[in-house]
Amino acid sequence: MLNPLDGGKIAIGALRVNVLRSLLTMLGIMIGVGAVIVMVAIGAGARDMIGVQIRSIGSNLILVIPGATVTGGARLGSGSVHTLKSTDAEAIAKECPAVKLTAPIWGDVNQVVYGNRNWRTRITGTTEDNFLIREWPIRRGRMFTPEEQKRAAKVAVLGLTVVENLFGDTDPLGKMIRMKSVPFTVVGVLDRKGQSPRGDDQDDAVFVPLKTSQYRLFGTPFPDEIQAIMVQAKDVSLIPDAQKQIDELLTRRHKIGRHQEKDFTVRNLTEILETAQKSLNIMTTLLGAIAAISLLVGGIGIMNIMLVSVTERTREIGIRMAVGARSGDILSQFLIEGVVLSITGGLIGTALGILAAFAFARTSGWPALIDPGTVLIAILFSAAVGVFFGFYPAFKASRLHPIEALRHE
Amino acid sequence: MPLIEMQGLTKIYRAGAIDVPALEQIDLSIESGEFLSIMGPSGSGKSTLMNILGCLDVPTAGTYYLAGDDVSQLDRDQRAEVRNKKIGFVFQGFNLLPRINAVKNVELPLIYGGVKTVPRREAAMAALSLVGLSDRGDHLPSQLSGGQQQRVAIARALVNDPEIILADEPTGNLDTRTSNEIMMVFRRLNRDRSITFVLVTHDPEVGDVTDRRILIRDGRIEGDERRTGDEY
Repeated sequence: MLNPLDGGKIAIGALRVNVLRSLLTMLGIMIGVGAVIVMVAIGAGARDMIGVQIRSIGSNLILVIPGATVTGGARLGSGSVHTLKSTDAEAIAKECPAVKLTAPIWGDVNQVVYGNRNWRTRITGTTEDNFLIREWPIRRGRMFTPEEQKRAAKVAVLGLTVVENLFGDTDPLGKMIRMKSVPFTVVGVLDRKGQSPRGDDQDDAVFVPLKTSQYRLFGTPFPDEIQAIMVQAKDVSLIPDAQKQIDELLTRRHKIGRHQEKDFTVRNLTEILETAQKSLNIMTTLLGAIAAISLLVGGIGIMNIMLVSVTERTREIGIRMAVGARSGDILSQFLIEGVVLSITGGLIGTALGILAAFAFARTSGWPALIDPGTVLIAILFSAAVGVFFGFYPAFKASRLHPIEALRHE
Repeated sequence: MPLIEMQGLTKIYRAGAIDVPALEQIDLSIESGEFLSIMGPSGSGKSTLMNILGCLDVPTAGTYYLAGDDVSQLDRDQRAEVRNKKIGFVFQGFNLLPRINAVKNVELPLIYGGVKTVPRREAAMAALSLVGLSDRGDHLPSQLSGGQQQRVAIARALVNDPEIILADEPTGNLDTRTSNEIMMVFRRLNRDRSITFVLVTHDPEVGDVTDRRILIRDGRIEGDERRTGDEY
């Protein structure tokens, strides 16, 4: 019986006879496997990036804003009604079982001054829970306290971009900055947060206690008015429950009748990103289908060339049979050839795919993640293609009659 | 017990609806160590007989004992095994694999016999030196003359230490001088190593040098002449 090592040598020897033909035969598999590798790498990279973005805006996040977004008639946009209050935020935290934390927001864009430098940024009045919701730790110094919150203290926590623009190398802690001519003490600096899914620099921000923002900086048209409430649900699975509970609670608190239009909107922020993820999944599936078709075509290419090869080598098969090769020996010889072809194609395709993925990552700025498991599966799959499409030609070769094969010219 | 014992051997080919008998009721007995030729015009059935002798084909009827075993009803793989272990072939067209060198061609039967690399190479080199080609092992068939190629083929046929070597028109592609050389090689191997040779030919000159001539015509044995006395 032919041992596999000899079988491999025979196969490689046969494939080296016509290197160009062997390479062309592998081309389909190469493209197929390469496409799989690129697709999975870019898909995984994109998914990773979306995951990072989801985490960066805060997990399980729901946003409550005033006004309705229902279309029809001449309407004012959201935020044009002044009915959302910080007590709503407290009530949501207290009364909605699916809600973990809430944070009211009142702020505006304004100039921030330190010494002879100034910088225009968004100044947000909020509570400490805002940073818990957004999983945004303090890097240096401290967060403002509930006591400072209560007395509308003139303290500020800065994002890193503001620090870099106002202070440069100077330590900002304890320094005095001015916003709308009001002096504030810098008590803390936030950790780096990076880009939001929209591409905004989240570190370009100054935070102050809510009441400070409401009463000392920007003022409110109505008492205790806020622009938005950030809500964190207890779990991803509880987001729909939380949305429903918030809706019911605010409808009740704002005394909105059955046929009245609601004066608030509850938005699920992660929904937007999930949509992005879904479209990404569709794209990945589509590319996967293309890769599968390419592998199929590659496999058919292998079968085609191997059928030609079997015909060309009929006499060789006859000689081998005459000196004692069994059907199984001939079958495995050609099967090994098919598998060597497809695995070599798979390996070259993998290498090209990795190169292409990194080239793509470099030019587009999207990350590419090469997963060793995927590479292994791609190579195993190409071997399977070789076995599947090599089987018929190999079987045909193994069933040749030795006398007729020997007579073949 | 004879090495080969055939009784009532018949081979019928089916061409469409008509049965074409190629061999009819062949009785043949060959002793170990014989040096014989099977002669006959083309179409006489001598190739069919050689194919059955070589276990490349099976008879339609009759029995064929090779070294005591009935090989007339074996399946494909069993016949491959018999060819591998007990039979060596030498063909008119040499039938070497063109892409591999001489020693690898000689190794071929041992590969299918499951012999390991080192003893395989040794046996192949020994067989090559028996035909006087130990210095040509790394040559491709295309780099060898016709006579040398045929000697490589002979080395391949004897590398497995077969019971019998079947040669089908072994000198048909060679000039007279080279033909004589090849016949000398056969003779020597037969004498020195007691290998049984069956040469199938239509060439009377080849037949003349064998000890026994079997004449075939129209699928039947027409004559069986033995020559005794003078050694060639």
